[in-house]
Amino acid sequence: MSSCRSVGACLALAALAACAANTPTTARPGAKFGRAATAQEVAAWDISIPPSGEGLPWGSGNAKQGEAVYAAKCQACHGARGVGKPADPLVGGIGSLVSANPVRTVGSYWPYATTLFDYTRRAMPVTNPQSLTNDEAYAVTAYLLYLNGIVAQSDEMNAKSLPQVKMPNREGFVDWSRN
Amino acid sequence: MKRTIDRRTFLAQGVGAAGAAAAGLVAPAARAAESPPAVPPWMQVQGKPMSGYGQPSKFEEPVKRFILQPYGPIAPGSGASRTPLHALEGTITPNGLHFERHHNGVPDIDPAQHRLLIHGLVKTPVVFTMQALMRFPRTSRVCFIECGGNSNPNSMSPKPPQLPAGAIHGLVSCTEWTGVPLALLLDEAGVDPRASWLLAEGADSAAMSHSIPLEKALDDAMVALYQNGERLRPEQGYPVRLLLPGWLGNSNVKWLRRIKLTDAPMQAKDETSKYTDPTPDGKARQFTFLMGVKSVITQPSVGMSMQGLGWYEISGLAWSGAGKISKVEVSADGGTSWREAALQEPIFSKSVTRFRLPWQWNGERALLQSRATDEKGRVQPARAAWLAQYMPQQRYHNNSIQTWAVEANGSIANVFV
Repeated sequence: MSSCRSVGACLALAALAACAANTPTTARPGAKFGRAATAQEVAAWDISIPPSGEGLPWGSGNAKQGEAVYAAKCQACHGARGVGKPADPLVGGIGSLVSANPVRTVGSYWPYATTLFDYTRRAMPVTNPQSLTNDEAYAVTAYLLYLNGIVAQSDEMNAKSLPQVKMPNREGFVDWSRN
Repeated sequence: MKRTIDRRTFLAQGVGAAGAAAAGLVAPAARAAESPPAVPPWMQVQGKPMSGYGQPSKFEEPVKRFILQPYGPIAPGSGASRTPLHALEGTITPNGLHFERHHNGVPDIDPAQHRLLIHGLVKTPVVFTMQALMRFPRTSRVCFIECGGNSNPNSMSPKPPQLPAGAIHGLVSCTEWTGVPLALLLDEAGVDPRASWLLAEGADSAAMSHSIPLEKALDDAMVALYQNGERLRPEQGYPVRLLLPGWLGNSNVKWLRRIKLTDAPMQAKDETSKYTDPTPDGKARQFTFLMGVKSVITQPSVGMSMQGLGWYEISGLAWSGAGKISKVEVSADGGTSWREAALQEPIFSKSVTRFRLPWQWNGERALLQSRATDEKGRVQPARAAWLAQYMPQQRYHNNSIQTWAVEANGSIANVFV
């Protein structure tokens, strides 16, 4: 250390030496604790579907096919034709939101059809979530949209058509995230 | 004298002096014998040995969460349990009594198998093991979490529900949380400048998900690993949950497994179909994250009874999602006159604050209310003003003033004023 030209330079050298000697510090420059995810991992994990439909899987289904899936896997909780009991009603109420007795369902309240597919695929049926095939999820989605009078019985729901479905209450929400 | 309490009875007295008088209030049923034995049995036998994990006294067994299962046996884990606020003191909620709100039960997660994935609009999608999360610098803060549906028995029931304070207002709990600032994790992935929202998703069987503005994530959001010093309870998101201080409980996603950065909200089920607030114009407010300024008197409240005339301590809890509580006022005449209560220090931002005020009950009917103000100047609304903002049967964000009637016979009732 006798070669130090100034006190400052000596202190700087001493500080470097201290780092090398496992001394606590206030910074952790460049530390990384995770690992890069592979594209396959991301694709397998990512099940969320935005209104654009980005990420919707292959497959398709219509209301006629969905009726059978619904009867087998949904009706016990949601009632025949989505009327509800014990679980929430899924059908009806369109135009009722400002009435004395508003009925808020998929048809009358939900702003996006993609939400119906997303939620059905991730969380339903409640006793066995994430068990539906893509075709089943599309078909049940189509059936509930059909019961609400939003699509025709033969309309195929798939990655292309579903995001184009216009829900009756699409303009019914006000973003309050900044209040 | 008027039918309500004389204002002068509110004149500030020492809080400690009133404490002893209030003791009889909280135990209406079990009044101890006047003269217990000079040498009680527990002094004549050896006590129990040490234990690995302590439990409350068996005599405190009635202090439990209030469980609500709206879907019954079809989905027994879909529902809520409320903290018995009226049976607790101080501000910190014991871990076993923290409120629960699950959308399809509590998952049984092996932390060795659990991962947190951050992807979407990032430079590098990153996976974290729980061990990796443990290597980050940690931070602790005390704050509340309140479910958006808290206090809705008071807004969805046509008549005032005669339930204990906790059974109405107990979807709020307060905890010292410890974990990693979310900003540090996002920094490792590298946030793309186009990102403005993120989706947080849980590893439960509802794969519960909620969209959150990136601004909040970079402000004070935490990925929480510890709850009052111990690892998270399964009901609170073990092994890792999102903590968004002051924001809607539902957005504090438990069992956190995935964060996707996006340029718009995902429009998930629980931010469209539910947790939205219909207004009389036919629209509905969406993304109502901030929990309003609020308070509730926990003592006296329904289920307790007055033990004669004289001094009592009125005590309760106040909180605001916008910051610190700056003032709590108490009325005994249904809001005609107010007195400022003492606030228990320390007062933390976005945390529960205990308030206390001595009160002399003269035996007449009294209408007890509390009204909180936060440091941003937000004032807790009266019931009528709050109701007027929404359609009937409003389910969420009920931060309106609670009224407890102390009846002349000493019983206590929930009343709508």
